[in-house]
Amino acid sequence: MAPAMSANQITLLYLVASVCFILALKGLSSPTSARRGNAFGIAGMAIAVLTTLAVIAKGRIDLVLLAMVVGGTIGAFVARRVQMTQMPELVAAMHSLVGMAAVLIAIAAVNNPASFGVPDPLPTGNKLELFIGTFVGAITFSGSVIAFGKLAGLGKQFRLFSSAPVVFPGQHMVNLALALVMIGFGAAFFLADDKAWTAFAVMTAIAFVLGVLIIIPIGGADMPVVISMLNSYSGWAAAGIGFSLNNSLLIVAGSLVGSSGAILSYIMCKAMNRSFISVILGGFGAAEGTAAAGTGDKTVRSGSSEDAAFLMANAESVIIVPGYGLAVARAQHAVAEMTEKLIEKGVNVRYAIHPVAGRMPGHMNVLLAEAEVPYDQVFEMDDINGEFGTTDVVLVLGANDVVNPLAYEKGSAIYGMPVLDVHKSRTVLVNKRSMASGYAGLDNPLFYMDKTMMVFGDAKKVVEEIVKAID
Amino acid sequence: MSGTVDPTVLNLMVFVLAVFVGYHVIWNVTPALHTPLMSVTNAISSVVIVGAILAAGPSDPDFGSILGVVAVGLAAVNVAGGFLVTQRMLEMFKKKQPKAKGSE
Repeated sequence: MAPAMSANQITLLYLVASVCFILALKGLSSPTSARRGNAFGIAGMAIAVLTTLAVIAKGRIDLVLLAMVVGGTIGAFVARRVQMTQMPELVAAMHSLVGMAAVLIAIAAVNNPASFGVPDPLPTGNKLELFIGTFVGAITFSGSVIAFGKLAGLGKQFRLFSSAPVVFPGQHMVNLALALVMIGFGAAFFLADDKAWTAFAVMTAIAFVLGVLIIIPIGGADMPVVISMLNSYSGWAAAGIGFSLNNSLLIVAGSLVGSSGAILSYIMCKAMNRSFISVILGGFGAAEGTAAAGTGDKTVRSGSSEDAAFLMANAESVIIVPGYGLAVARAQHAVAEMTEKLIEKGVNVRYAIHPVAGRMPGHMNVLLAEAEVPYDQVFEMDDINGEFGTTDVVLVLGANDVVNPLAYEKGSAIYGMPVLDVHKSRTVLVNKRSMASGYAGLDNPLFYMDKTMMVFGDAKKVVEEIVKAID
Repeated sequence: MSGTVDPTVLNLMVFVLAVFVGYHVIWNVTPALHTPLMSVTNAISSVVIVGAILAAGPSDPDFGSILGVVAVGLAAVNVAGGFLVTQRMLEMFKKKQPKAKGSE
């Protein structure tokens, strides 16, 4: 390694890395520039890591390199093997690692501030920031573990992972009390003159418990918000650590990630017409069945896959609305094949994506991209909602609440939620596994309309049958 | 005005400006790429690896530096995994002759 760099050189290199990270995010404004953006991100990370390695060149660089190789290999292996339908789980797992790393670094910083070039004992200001970075990191870790369990469907193995909200009486009071106690111990930690290990340990332990308690009451379909929120937390944790180590790079990168997650949470909440607070407090969907009751004797028209194929093949325009059901059935490839056949027959086929379709922001777009659907066939809700009125056939695949016209009726539970105006098209085909109500526990009048035909069955099987029937 | 500026104040300045930059950059991200956005921000937040490397640095291994090594390993999983999975997803988005307009 080169002779040790001066603090100024190091900081300037960190500045270059920070700019690279900003360019990485900027690249994502369009699919054409996104890959270059990712290259900037990798370059920024390389600069940051190499610079820091040079700083500790005289120390235990062998152990550090070993840890990097082991971790990097695991990461690369997972990144290559993971299925696109599993992206939400992967992202949740990765959030938990950032959170844990932040906590470990914080402990090391309390133990030996000198190795970070910070005065020992830590000044009160740095301790306050360290406290914030630690508890946010701890909450990110345990919260993400719970989110991972819920997303991976491990509810049967372990009750806390249940995708239904886990609620108990006095839950919010318990959380509030724990948060106050945690802040109390945090204050004891940063006001003490010595290292105050006890206060620090108790504070961290409570934060881990809080992370679990905050996420368990949140139901499966609120996951897009939860995962964005944890994304945001992981950024703030990094920024908090950056503050306590006086490291601008960590502050910049952490703030970028923190604001990104916060904006995604906001977009997701808006798409569900719910306030952030109500999502956090959780319990939504627990009272299922109350609203669904009293549906009376409305009749549903159901048809076979062959009927659906006939209707679509003879239409001029078709819009496909994919939902979580498509991801569960891993039907994206079959859908892409069906689209190709329809296009060969001269049908204008497009996809309409609701912002909260799937289990994380942009989930459907990635699944369709994986199935090699060109992205110019895929439209966001606001761009395509005006087109339903002139569309012959809409095929709804495993989506329910996002196409529910009740959203336009005052007094309904989802009144005001932005929905895809599927009901305005001439014919609606709905594929569902059964007549069970959606996550909001609401009945969907769309299913009882005269122009609607239900095609029951697993999305993948139904679509494959349609593909066969089109010829 | 006298004396030097406290590092915390400078940190706060960097922080506030970075949040502003983040706010404006993120609103420009196309919704179609929100999943790659999450995975790449994940990779970027693992820049805490810098802190982990510093923690692991001291020549005499102690309790703190061992935790540092563990943290390096955890963050390295994310650095490699985050950027590679983002790359993999973005490769999918380029396939087929893309026309000028994406799904904005």
